[in-house]
Amino acid sequence: MSAEATSPDLREEARALGLTDSEYDLIAQKIGRPPNGLELAVFSLMWSEHCAYKHSKKLLRRLPVEGPHLLMGPGENAGAVDVGDGLAIAFKVESHNHPSAVEPFQGAATGVGGIMRDIFAVGARPIAVLDSLRFGELDSSRSRYLLDGAVSGIGHYGNSIGVATVGGEVYFEGPYEQNCLVNAMCLGIAPQERLTRSAAAGLGNHLVLMGARTGRDGIGGASVLASAEFGDDDADKRPTVQIGDPFEEKKVMEACLELLDRELLASLQDLGAAGLSSSSSEMASGGKVGLDIDVAKVPLREADMEPFEIMVSESQERMLAVVEPERLAEVEAVCERWEVRCTVIGSVTDTRHLRVFSGDELVGDMPVDALVDDCPLYDLAPEEPAEQIYPAPKRTLEPSEDLAENLLALLGSSNIASRRPLFEQYDCMVQSRTVRRPEAADAAVLQLAHDTGGGSTAIAVSIDGNGRRVACDPYWGTVEAVLECASNLACVGAEPLGLTNCLNFGNPERPHIAWQLSQSVDGMTAALNELGVPVVGGNVSLYNQSGDGPIYPTPVVGMVGLIPEAERAAAIGLGFREEGHVIAMCGTPQPSLAGSELAKLRGEPLPTALPQADFAAVMQAQDAVRDAVRAGDLASAHDIAEGGFLVAIAECCLAGGIGAKLEFPDSADASYADLEPYLFGEAVGGFIVSGTREAIERLAQRVPTDVFGAVGGQMLELATGERTARVSTAQLRSASAALASVFA
Amino acid sequence: MKFGVVRFPGSCDEVDAVLACEQQGEAEILWHGDRDLKGADAIVVPGGFSYGDYLRVGAIAQFSPVMDAVAEFARDGGPVLGICNGFQVLCEAGLLPGALLPNTELRFLCRQVDVEVVNADTPFTSSCGQGQVLSIPVKHTTGRYYAPDDTLAELEANGQIVFRYAEGWNPNGSARDIAGVSNQAGNVVGLMPHPEHAVDPLTGSADGALLFASAAARAVAA
Repeated sequence: MSAEATSPDLREEARALGLTDSEYDLIAQKIGRPPNGLELAVFSLMWSEHCAYKHSKKLLRRLPVEGPHLLMGPGENAGAVDVGDGLAIAFKVESHNHPSAVEPFQGAATGVGGIMRDIFAVGARPIAVLDSLRFGELDSSRSRYLLDGAVSGIGHYGNSIGVATVGGEVYFEGPYEQNCLVNAMCLGIAPQERLTRSAAAGLGNHLVLMGARTGRDGIGGASVLASAEFGDDDADKRPTVQIGDPFEEKKVMEACLELLDRELLASLQDLGAAGLSSSSSEMASGGKVGLDIDVAKVPLREADMEPFEIMVSESQERMLAVVEPERLAEVEAVCERWEVRCTVIGSVTDTRHLRVFSGDELVGDMPVDALVDDCPLYDLAPEEPAEQIYPAPKRTLEPSEDLAENLLALLGSSNIASRRPLFEQYDCMVQSRTVRRPEAADAAVLQLAHDTGGGSTAIAVSIDGNGRRVACDPYWGTVEAVLECASNLACVGAEPLGLTNCLNFGNPERPHIAWQLSQSVDGMTAALNELGVPVVGGNVSLYNQSGDGPIYPTPVVGMVGLIPEAERAAAIGLGFREEGHVIAMCGTPQPSLAGSELAKLRGEPLPTALPQADFAAVMQAQDAVRDAVRAGDLASAHDIAEGGFLVAIAECCLAGGIGAKLEFPDSADASYADLEPYLFGEAVGGFIVSGTREAIERLAQRVPTDVFGAVGGQMLELATGERTARVSTAQLRSASAALASVFA
Repeated sequence: MKFGVVRFPGSCDEVDAVLACEQQGEAEILWHGDRDLKGADAIVVPGGFSYGDYLRVGAIAQFSPVMDAVAEFARDGGPVLGICNGFQVLCEAGLLPGALLPNTELRFLCRQVDVEVVNADTPFTSSCGQGQVLSIPVKHTTGRYYAPDDTLAELEANGQIVFRYAEGWNPNGSARDIAGVSNQAGNVVGLMPHPEHAVDPLTGSADGALLFASAAARAVAA
């Protein structure tokens, strides 16, 4: 591609880069002439779905973005909430699906690296990572390869950089076979006054590029990979995947945090999708200024790179800062100390144009508004499908009336089995904040201050999003994901402050996918409005489909909540604790087998609707559990989710290393068919709690609470009339360890 | 009592180590590029991925200026504790015997383990009981302790095995369940488990605080 001032018509090239003819014409109109090759390359990225959200922006405007704790909302590198004591927590979730499907180790690693840069770009020190993963069924060697690579990649980056991976989730479902999902969420902590925005300001200020050299890796990542469906030539796309270097990022992170701490930067922005093109134009747009960039000054990995390649490269571990000229020497000194490359590559102007030079030669000149704001936004054409569009899952369990057999099959199933073989590959404790580690409680808990004398506040964080449930019912499935996240927080005594989302969907230009997306956003909006929780930021990943069809619609939500006393959270977990404690279910969930894990194992078709959640009842149960945990009343609290009631009980036994004896005198005459939905059905809003009889009675005064057993022994025993089931905790443990063999 | 905690590019657990040390006395970060140990009474070489673990774990850090000073401090009998990557660095620098190889499962492993104090007569174990079992986490990919059999026999004879994984807890295939060793003089100790991540019951365990308390008690006694 050339970059002459007078360009031929590049319509053909534009199409190859994913632009429509009318978009091409609009670009020419905005520039006042046909774009040259460099300009076309930059526009094609800035106007890609990945950067411009052209099929989702209108929908996203429905989501609530205001809240009492919000400090920084959507539009910055990451959102942030007020957690008291002058501190802010910045957080965001982002997808790296397409790169991970092509090369799972580097795809996942750079996903983690990218989301961390978003966090320290706003001046927050990354303190925790969570990941949300989706693969095809584990009987597929491709799925096992992707899983292994993604988990290794996440660990490689997070462990090496010294940020704890404290939680996450993974599901295995057929529709993710060709198009896996790798979403990574990062949280950072900052003094509120250090929160930094990305808007460039100050005419004549230097534009400084920090970090790694620029190479040819990741060219076209956002446009070629992230904004189109998968085809047969995916191996050819491997060069579009970026390569991560956590050691470089660690140095860049420390340097940036020191620079912000010493107030040496006017603004800061990370280089992610579309590299220098998007970071510079977004900084200029935010500050309502122009920028001049000289690509000849950009340190390169390969000497012969074209100007357009330099502008669109997605080489990792780079940051862009605006620096006042009188601060430059100090900035350079800090970077030198951390052995971080730092180069002035341009300056802030009043032109409102992004002008690209190669030495003295002007090689590109684009209005900033055209790049950032003028991409056409498209209305979706949603159409509800007449019938379920996903095939029934493959049957792996024959229907049976044996409670123990069904329970063990569920516990050993890929979506429910213990995640220990995954999370043991992650450092969950570095930075000494982790009060509740993975599988100790329903949410991870991190203390905010290192105050060993006690009295520290803490935050809780959870990430959720069951795609199959959303495929059954995009509206109510998404409601469930949001409510379940809040339930997880309630189990450790946390009150939600904010939410970040990553909307992973198929091709939005297809009416049924558009319908899923629109329903899902509406469900999320309804649930957030009920909870009074704002969206602080997030990401949209569309075109997740292959020749096999679309993925399950997968809105992933990450929620952060506040816990006034870290000690209280340290005293509570999901596991039963003490012989003789009373076991109860609190809340009034209306479980149904439709769309449940048991139905999946039996190969039953997906339904086209889920039971509607009763917001008031769910929130009443959440409030009661949260208050009881905060009061130190309960010994354990666990949200009933995948697998239903009996699986939740088994998980409480496993986490506590102790058995339970359950009795259901009221169901003595119930048939098996009547019992099954109650024991294995799924719905949001139920909790398994344990504690002293007095504590459970206090809880029962606030919310419907049914006592049905006691903690003790090494058996899980269940009796309803004549029907009994007995399973040892050793059997539970062995079933639940099913994933270990995948990593053996 | 003052601890010095080394910071290499790529160190990750140095702030945790400082927090652990500060429970027992003062603590100051020592920059890898400086030879100045700032008057520290004991040195901690912390965990992490010094220099990205490139070339070979711990291999590059030994050439940093601060390690010259640490080696000299160690030769003069000063107490030095190497944790995880710090243990690897001290082995690479020849201040401790043996080497750390990739875990038998070839994966990063993060797990709380039981560790037995085999020698309670070092500057970092004197506050522990002989045979006391500590609950301390490990987190590493390259933690399988190795030395030739005759060296292992020598280490045992000299009391240089300081920590062993308790029976059934060896997470990485280390020879003879060895979790930590000392030099012959006993003043330099390295271990793969992370005592600095076990100094507060709130985050899991406070057993690791005994190592830092040992060093502080010794400094006060001296």
